[in-house]
Amino acid sequence: MKPDTVSPTKPSGTPAESAAGGATAPPAGESPHNTQPIPSSLREQPDFSVPPEMTAALDELIGHYPKKRSASLMLLHAVQERYGYVSRQAVEWIAARLELAPINVYELVTFYPMFQRERTGKFHLRICRTLSCALGGSYELHEHFCSKLGLDAHGHGAQTTRDGKFTVEFVECLASCGTAPVMMCNDAFYEGVSTAKADEILEKCK
Amino acid sequence: MPQEYRQILKYADTPGYTRDIDCYLRHGGYQVLRKALELPAKALPDGKSASGPEQIRDQVKLSGLRGRGGAGFSCGLKWSFVDRRSGKPIYLICNADESEPGTFKDKQIIHKDPHQMIEGMIISCYANDVHLAYIYIRGEFMEGARILNQALQEARDRNFLGRNILGKGYDLEIHVHRGAGAYICGEETGLIESLEGKRAYPRIKPPYFPAVLGLYMCPTIVNNVETLCAVKHVVDLGPAEYAKLGTPNNTGTRIVSLSGQVKRPGYYEVEVGKVTLRDLIFDPVFGGGLREGRQLKAIIPGGSSSKVFKAGEKFKLKRKGPDGKDVEQELDVLDLPYDFDSLIAAGSMSGSGAIIVLDDSADIVKALANLAEFYAHESCGQCTPCREGSLWMSKALHRLSHGQGRKIDADYLLKIADNIPGGRTICAFGEACSWPVQSFVTKFKDEFAARGAQDEERRSAVGATK
Ligand SMILES: Cc1cc2nc3c(=O)[nH]c(=O)nc-3n(C[C@H](O)[C@H](O)[C@H](O)COP(=O)(O)O)c2cc1C
Ligand code: SF4
Ligand code: FES
Repeated sequence: MKPDTVSPTKPSGTPAESAAGGATAPPAGESPHNTQPIPSSLREQPDFSVPPEMTAALDELIGHYPKKRSASLMLLHAVQERYGYVSRQAVEWIAARLELAPINVYELVTFYPMFQRERTGKFHLRICRTLSCALGGSYELHEHFCSKLGLDAHGHGAQTTRDGKFTVEFVECLASCGTAPVMMCNDAFYEGVSTAKADEILEKCK
Repeated sequence: MPQEYRQILKYADTPGYTRDIDCYLRHGGYQVLRKALELPAKALPDGKSASGPEQIRDQVKLSGLRGRGGAGFSCGLKWSFVDRRSGKPIYLICNADESEPGTFKDKQIIHKDPHQMIEGMIISCYANDVHLAYIYIRGEFMEGARILNQALQEARDRNFLGRNILGKGYDLEIHVHRGAGAYICGEETGLIESLEGKRAYPRIKPPYFPAVLGLYMCPTIVNNVETLCAVKHVVDLGPAEYAKLGTPNNTGTRIVSLSGQVKRPGYYEVEVGKVTLRDLIFDPVFGGGLREGRQLKAIIPGGSSSKVFKAGEKFKLKRKGPDGKDVEQELDVLDLPYDFDSLIAAGSMSGSGAIIVLDDSADIVKALANLAEFYAHESCGQCTPCREGSLWMSKALHRLSHGQGRKIDADYLLKIADNIPGGRTICAFGEACSWPVQSFVTKFKDEFAARGAQDEERRSAVGATK
């Protein structure tokens, strides 16, 4: 789930001050565990806040584990699903919630490929580039999307259109190799994607 | 006649079969769990008695069930290593990371019959005195995670999970944990670190064998989705009946993921060792052969990390003759039975059960370059030989497949690949990234060498005209 717009998203719900320990991010340096600012390549999101109902849902997730730290990937997913990317404030908020130093969360964002440090397009196209899909034409498919959307097919990493509508990215095997080439548009899988089918997918992205 | 034998996927694709609990219950669902929970203690000849869970562990051992995640290690033996005296809780993790390129079988189970996997998990947890378990699912399976969460909730609502399951006094909770796009989370100790909320840096063994020092430094069992489903069938049929499926030491069924340049790619469940690579690739009920006018070039038999087979390769294998004695037989690669032992004997492995077929239209250098790029991207970076070596191999192969090769590249690649595995790295990724390079470059050496030589000649010709 991506936010509806690519301009800074206002979270729904009230900017929260929850009784359960401050839903807004503590300013850097104030958490008992945070003695140093993180060497951050992360974006700023000054209006970051987590509404109470989301805090409650996240606390429920934290409760799934004997140790809070275990919940960090799940919290990062939840935050990214809501805001479209992971900001410095989000990292600090999660760290505070899990009683960790921000670096412990930041190092996950830089390790796991699915976490985005930049706002991605409203529609995130992930195209599998691994062998079975490559044999099935995934490089041609990637090229097709890039040329249709005016993106550089040979640029490094994810490419986002100027209007912020589309992000096109090569990813590794998506575990659907029998129906190559395979891609995802946001959460949905598309299999056996011909260029005609690719155009249909783009059509549906409104 | 080679054919499918559908046990785990028995209902998955039948019309009208849905993934909700009511449908599962109508098809006998959770009856095996009930049977497992009701197993009475059994008196043993030595005067002691075996509890229900102990009996299930014995059954799994006797069934010969081998792990379906990659290594093909005996499931019962793995369970027997669990430290049961530590006083610490024992955890079980279902490995649903499904990240080995070529593999897409666990996804079928998760999407089409999630309750079967959950039932297998509950039985396995009961057998091992586990009260808290996790499903580690790869991050891209968002739909899969939703399906599993829903199925778990249905199971809780019917008291197959939670407190005092079916009134038998056994408590168990299972949660879904999502990964976030890193292949190394499939490696069991990397997975455990990831589940602890850290980077998925695999742990060094010894001392960190999961069975002793796993999740939160407690004894932990990590099993693949398909393995846990098979446990249900072992308990259902009993070990002797189960072991009649498949072939000796390669029992049961397994789901083969077939992809690449065949007419009918897809997933096929077969008795282990009852079909050959030829059947799987060429038989109309399986791959249906190659596209018109194409010749077979290579087979990657067990996921991208397994060593490649070249069409026409011959192997001398010891097999049981009709009189039960071992006879040595020369087999064409296509006549290898698709099982654990034969493929190991032929120098490769059946790994995750994923076959990738390459025909003569495939550019072998490009194919290897593609895989090398995968490994360079996915190395976790802890060990220098793996981190640097995988990158160097990828760069050399990129050059070689883009007209910038050198004559020495084939030897250069082998030299790097030979210096990564063999105890120089923390985890088996070191092997996983070297095997494709070692096998491709050795078996197709002419093509690699010719490519480099051509590139050099062209460059020197261009240089000469300057
Ligand atoms: C680099 C690497 C990646 C792996 N990826 C997976 C995977 O995606 N899924 C899986 O079940 N096992 C994977 N494994 C194997 C696991 O480490 C582990 O052996 C397996 O989950 C055990 O389950 P089993 O005994 O039921 O096969 C991988 C191993 C390595 C070394
Ligand atoms: S072998 Fe590679 S993947 Fe495994 S721990 Fe070392 S660097 Fe990481
Ligand atoms: S290679 Fe593309 S889904 Fe596996």
